[in-house]
Amino acid sequence: MSVTVLKPGLLSSVQDGGRREYAALGVGRAGAIDGPAWRLANALVGNSGDEAALEFTLMGPTLRFAQPAVIAMTGASTDAHADQHALPGWTCCLLPAGSVLRLGGMRQGCRGYLAVRGGFTSPVVLGSRSTDLHARMGAFGGRALQEGDVLTIGEHEPWPSQRSIDMPRALRWSIDPRPWFDAMPRPLALLRGHHYDQLDAASQRQLFEATFTISKDSNRTASRLDSHRLALREPLELISEATLPGTMQLPPSGQPIVLQAEAPVTGGYPRIGQLAAVDLPRLAQRRPGDAVCFRETSLDESLQRLAQRQERLQRLLLRIAQRLESA
Amino acid sequence: MNSDITWEALAEDALLLRFGETIDPATNARVHAARRQVQARWPDIECVPAYASLLLRFDPAQWSGSSPHRQLHDAVRTLLDDTSESNDIGREVIVPVLYGGEFGPDLADVARHAGMSEHEAIARHGAGTYRVAMLGFAPGFPYLLGLDPMLAMPRRADPRLSVAAGSVAIGGLQTGIYPQTLPGGWQLIGRTPLSLFALRDASPSLLQPGDRVRFRAIEQREYEQLAITGQR
Repeated sequence: MSVTVLKPGLLSSVQDGGRREYAALGVGRAGAIDGPAWRLANALVGNSGDEAALEFTLMGPTLRFAQPAVIAMTGASTDAHADQHALPGWTCCLLPAGSVLRLGGMRQGCRGYLAVRGGFTSPVVLGSRSTDLHARMGAFGGRALQEGDVLTIGEHEPWPSQRSIDMPRALRWSIDPRPWFDAMPRPLALLRGHHYDQLDAASQRQLFEATFTISKDSNRTASRLDSHRLALREPLELISEATLPGTMQLPPSGQPIVLQAEAPVTGGYPRIGQLAAVDLPRLAQRRPGDAVCFRETSLDESLQRLAQRQERLQRLLLRIAQRLESA
Repeated sequence: MNSDITWEALAEDALLLRFGETIDPATNARVHAARRQVQARWPDIECVPAYASLLLRFDPAQWSGSSPHRQLHDAVRTLLDDTSESNDIGREVIVPVLYGGEFGPDLADVARHAGMSEHEAIARHGAGTYRVAMLGFAPGFPYLLGLDPMLAMPRRADPRLSVAAGSVAIGGLQTGIYPQTLPGGWQLIGRTPLSLFALRDASPSLLQPGDRVRFRAIEQREYEQLAITGQR
């Protein structure tokens, strides 16, 4: 089972749930930047859950499937065509052998996911197939896809009657993307960070009142925020300690940055905030130039929202599995 | 003795314990002792040690109740108070180094900065016992505490775009080893033929947090032999 990359898109990489348990050795997690979207894409093709999928950015790849395949697309709403047939996202699609899948630009959002039944089977490196672009670890030596790359798909039961598919088509149902994807941008919940109190008074206000824009320098390591510079009351000399995805740091430039999936494991910049875990994928889906503003949240509220999201996700995963069973 | 530990809820699934605010061997030793104890008691919690702090990544659903972070913190404090562990556990790893020459292009500057001969700078660097305070910057990069203060030297004003894997370097009061070829601003004084980081699941990193490290000066000939055998 192989898939050939005809065009790589802007930045496409193999990602799963990320590399755990090696942070103490300086190895970051990497993994899908929009976790729920990645997880749902896997569910929609009947995968057990942690299979590797493709994550693509702003402009998707063009791929040729040598064999029939069961695929699903989630995340940003992306123009997708297999041969001449338009394919919808957030559902399960069937491709006959030889299909060329063209993932184009995105109407909304910034990161899309393509899962295949069986998962992409690049080598497992330190417990994960995720591509860590910064540490050059994972599929294809830890780089983004290039033209001519060949991806392999894992063994799986051919379902449903894959061999009789004569043209690309989608199943007749799809899941509602709205809980998982912000069409209407809203303020993102931010916890005060350890050094929030060290910001000068104007910056403390601005952080929760100003509208920032996403910088074009944003990547899988961090979302950088433009439009307003923040300042500390006085410079701080800090010793390095652990950092996480969602950590909002303030480097000396005054440009706030929010660490993302490829967050380094330690850092020494002042930590002015921590984005609520539930809102981190929402930030990752904002495009360069998009507006973003923050509201203050409490740990209690963000824990509650996280638990609710997990519950909702589990229920949906179960429903998807049941529908696929009866398809 | 653990009453000075402060804590912070860093994220929904992350608790940071602080053992102090300075870079010093005693504080760092407490971090590593605590890490070993937490790891032994709760293997599912991921620990990330730094100079003076320890991050615990845990599943808040497993510590249910109104405040999972407080619960975990209280449990860790009880654990640390109930068990006394010597701070001086940890393996000792000998790292052979070919000092100076093309592998240590900044050795002369470091020696001049310290007001001593290159020979003496090598002797002082090699005489120390170091502690792997933390790993970071890149997979397998050890921040080593214990540099002779005489050898301390600020980072280069213009960082190099490419520092060879194995380079032994000084940055301020720290010394470290580049595990891969990376950009870097530290002063390069030598190079080890050992492989610091390899993609082996069982033990990808030559050095673990809390390990003690000693350097052993070697000559060109031994460097080449060790480089060929790829031993670590």
